[in-house]
Amino acid sequence: MAEDRRVLTGEHFMSGDHACAEGGLAAGCSFFAGYPITPSTEIAERMSERLPEVGGMFIQMEDELGSMNAILGAAWGGWKSMTCTSGPGFSLMMENLGLGIVLETPTVLVNIQRGGPSTGLPTLPGQADMMQARWGSHGDYEIIALAPNSPQEIFDLTVRAFNLAEEFRTPVLVMSDECVGHMTEKVVIPPKDELEITPRRYTKKKPGEYLPFDFGEDEIPEMVTAGDGYRIHITGLTHDRRGYPVINAEAQDWMVRHLINKILKNKHRIIQLEEINLSDAEVVLVSYGISSRVAHRAMDLAREDGIKAGMLRLITVWPFCDEKIRELAERVKAFVTVEMNMGQVALEVERCACGKAGTYLVPHAGGEVHNPDDIYQVIKEAAK
Amino acid sequence: MNRSASSTTDVVDKQSHPMSDLLRMDRMPHIWCSGCGLGTTLTCFIMAVRESGIDEKKIAVVSGIGCSGRVAGYINLDSFHTTHGRAIPFATGLALANPELRVVVYSGDGDLVAIGGNHFIHAARRNMDILVICVNNFNYGMTGGQAGPTTPVSARATTAPYGNYEYPFNIPYLSIASGATYVARWTALHMRRLKNSIAEALPKKGFRVIEIICPCPTAFARRNRLGTGLDLMKYYHDNSIIKHGADPREADIGMTGKIIVGKFLDIERPTFRDFLVENVWPKIGRK
Amino acid sequence: MAGTTSSRKEVRFTGFGGQGMVVMGYILGRAATVYDGNNATMTQSYGPEARGGASSTQVIVSPEKIFYPYVIECDILVGMSQEGYEKHRHNIKPDGILLIDEDLVVTAPDEKTKRIYKIPATRFAEELGRKIVANIVMLGFFSAFADFVSEESLRKAVRDSVPKGTIDLNLKAFDKGRAYAEQIREGSALSSQG
Repeated sequence: MAEDRRVLTGEHFMSGDHACAEGGLAAGCSFFAGYPITPSTEIAERMSERLPEVGGMFIQMEDELGSMNAILGAAWGGWKSMTCTSGPGFSLMMENLGLGIVLETPTVLVNIQRGGPSTGLPTLPGQADMMQARWGSHGDYEIIALAPNSPQEIFDLTVRAFNLAEEFRTPVLVMSDECVGHMTEKVVIPPKDELEITPRRYTKKKPGEYLPFDFGEDEIPEMVTAGDGYRIHITGLTHDRRGYPVINAEAQDWMVRHLINKILKNKHRIIQLEEINLSDAEVVLVSYGISSRVAHRAMDLAREDGIKAGMLRLITVWPFCDEKIRELAERVKAFVTVEMNMGQVALEVERCACGKAGTYLVPHAGGEVHNPDDIYQVIKEAAK
Repeated sequence: MNRSASSTTDVVDKQSHPMSDLLRMDRMPHIWCSGCGLGTTLTCFIMAVRESGIDEKKIAVVSGIGCSGRVAGYINLDSFHTTHGRAIPFATGLALANPELRVVVYSGDGDLVAIGGNHFIHAARRNMDILVICVNNFNYGMTGGQAGPTTPVSARATTAPYGNYEYPFNIPYLSIASGATYVARWTALHMRRLKNSIAEALPKKGFRVIEIICPCPTAFARRNRLGTGLDLMKYYHDNSIIKHGADPREADIGMTGKIIVGKFLDIERPTFRDFLVENVWPKIGRK
Repeated sequence: MAGTTSSRKEVRFTGFGGQGMVVMGYILGRAATVYDGNNATMTQSYGPEARGGASSTQVIVSPEKIFYPYVIECDILVGMSQEGYEKHRHNIKPDGILLIDEDLVVTAPDEKTKRIYKIPATRFAEELGRKIVANIVMLGFFSAFADFVSEESLRKAVRDSVPKGTIDLNLKAFDKGRAYAEQIREGSALSSQG
């Protein structure tokens, strides 16, 4: 079958949604389950056309609950899998995002954020699902979430999301937004052999020796596929290394700490940031996704007026870059968080700044990007 | 392994189980109540697995939540205990990604046709390659006996203290109307027929449903003064009518009256995968 | 707000749904990126208005990285409907260009833009046999005024972007628009239209 159709090497003028689908395919995704919802539908449409071409399988499920479960099932069936959604669909996926976390299942969930709450603004952007991404499924856990700001980056970060999912045996979120999803720009897809693809970390142990939730120093368990003779048992209940349910506080402590440590111990391998004009910055814009591009313009305006503004762009939003903010807080005057919500990541900046630097927010309820002038006014205030 | 089973079959020894290799003996004793029919259904299932001759490595069991959902934890096959109602979509992904697998969803009535009802009808509509074993005990047993989608009219439950005033689902009728290709119903009493039915359905393709009427002495029977597990078995014995090819519209179950059991449907129609392979893949040159 | 750098060019195509405003934006963006090696960002208005009502597509072209993805002030505004023209006509740079389909748009009496060029794009398309290629006629016309994208690249992008069986017709439409623009530029009878 046409495996050579998997990576569309070359220069394209492509929408963010399509680039996301191509990123998934390039990363080795063979299974997509989803439910149409604006503004992420174009990812599903592209996958419905492209997956059969590369030997994969597309299924439009009856809802987002089903979609999230189907991609977990497919992962245990041996395939790399993904889904995409927006708005209310993301809420529906939260239940089984939790299952994916607890089953330690590698898969990718893309959220093309729109305005909320509820049905909100189906066709217009928002970034107000960032805390839902962090805390949306019940219980304690850590999550990996990436925030692309262009069609090129949604391609790159979808590939990375698959790689991180395999590396850490966990679901990974791509938290994009309507602007990036529906924007069309140049997307360069490298030759297949230049793409770094993380294969599934299959165990070398034999049936009988292998435990599905056993791990070493790095806290990352190895994977098997159903049908390989390991006779695994996997449960959403609190479980031990064998995967057997254990309903007590001790087992809970072990499992939850493991789920958290797996991400936090490996933060340095996960967190990716872009530092712009930070060497002499007095005011640091903290932003991600489409807002970072608008904030960039405000930063340029401030620089033109002699204000030493810089930007910390969060490419990885979760886990949060606590150390970076702490380090900057020691030497800068203030942080200005620019996000299309009423203050979510801003809370993290405030937490990590610990009062050592000023913290400002440029809130926006969504529906359109910020006016760069509004950001600039806050930068001026912060620079005083 | 199960006391109610040991009284009705000669394959169970008090010390060890002849098919213990198909059970996770390190997880025994199981959590099911005395007189519950789930152990019997599991015995039938593992006997059918062995009898079918299918490579056991290639059978995967997916469960939802509830007493029946615990089957996945006791069976020594690749087994997945998912969230409440979501066994079927999980199984859908598993079956599509790995067509070598025979995927069995083993769960309860509440899990499959209440919270998971939408998944159930859509998987049937698509004719997904899944065998669904739906253990129907007429209530939510694990959580103490709440009313559910199969609770008969007038039956008492913790959430229907004045008697249930909703019409229940008739699972064979629902399955057939939704597009299933193999539909049967047995009770936990009909061990041989149940085992044969599972063994017959297991190698088949498409969306297959076997409903098993099962005693819940602790919750449903106690609250409705129906006696012990043994009394319920006797009730099944006296009131079941074996009628293959019965009209599923006549298969409603009430608090009294007959229970129609047997094979309602056994047909073939293209599965989700068949349709792709035969109609979609040729269009793009895929084999 | 401070103006944009000179290397950044901003274009808005405005008309009504079904006229192919998005296709025009896509062709420009593809020409600028894939064939000219520049950067381009295309965004479009979404929502119910995109299905029959007003339709607007923005394209930013720049040799440098594009951050702010939207039009701040148009270098070129292309108007193919009265409504679209009126909605966006105040958002043109002082030395910006306004291109309109003269049968569909009547310029306002107080229109400040000096550089206005008119073409009966839809009529030309009808003469070519397919009204649907009016957008490509307009794109050919546009190509004569847009020095930040090469004509050859636009032609290649037209080829890539239209249905296979209609490539010749679309290229003919493109040439028709281009030739008409050159006629105007050469100071022919129509040059007084500005």
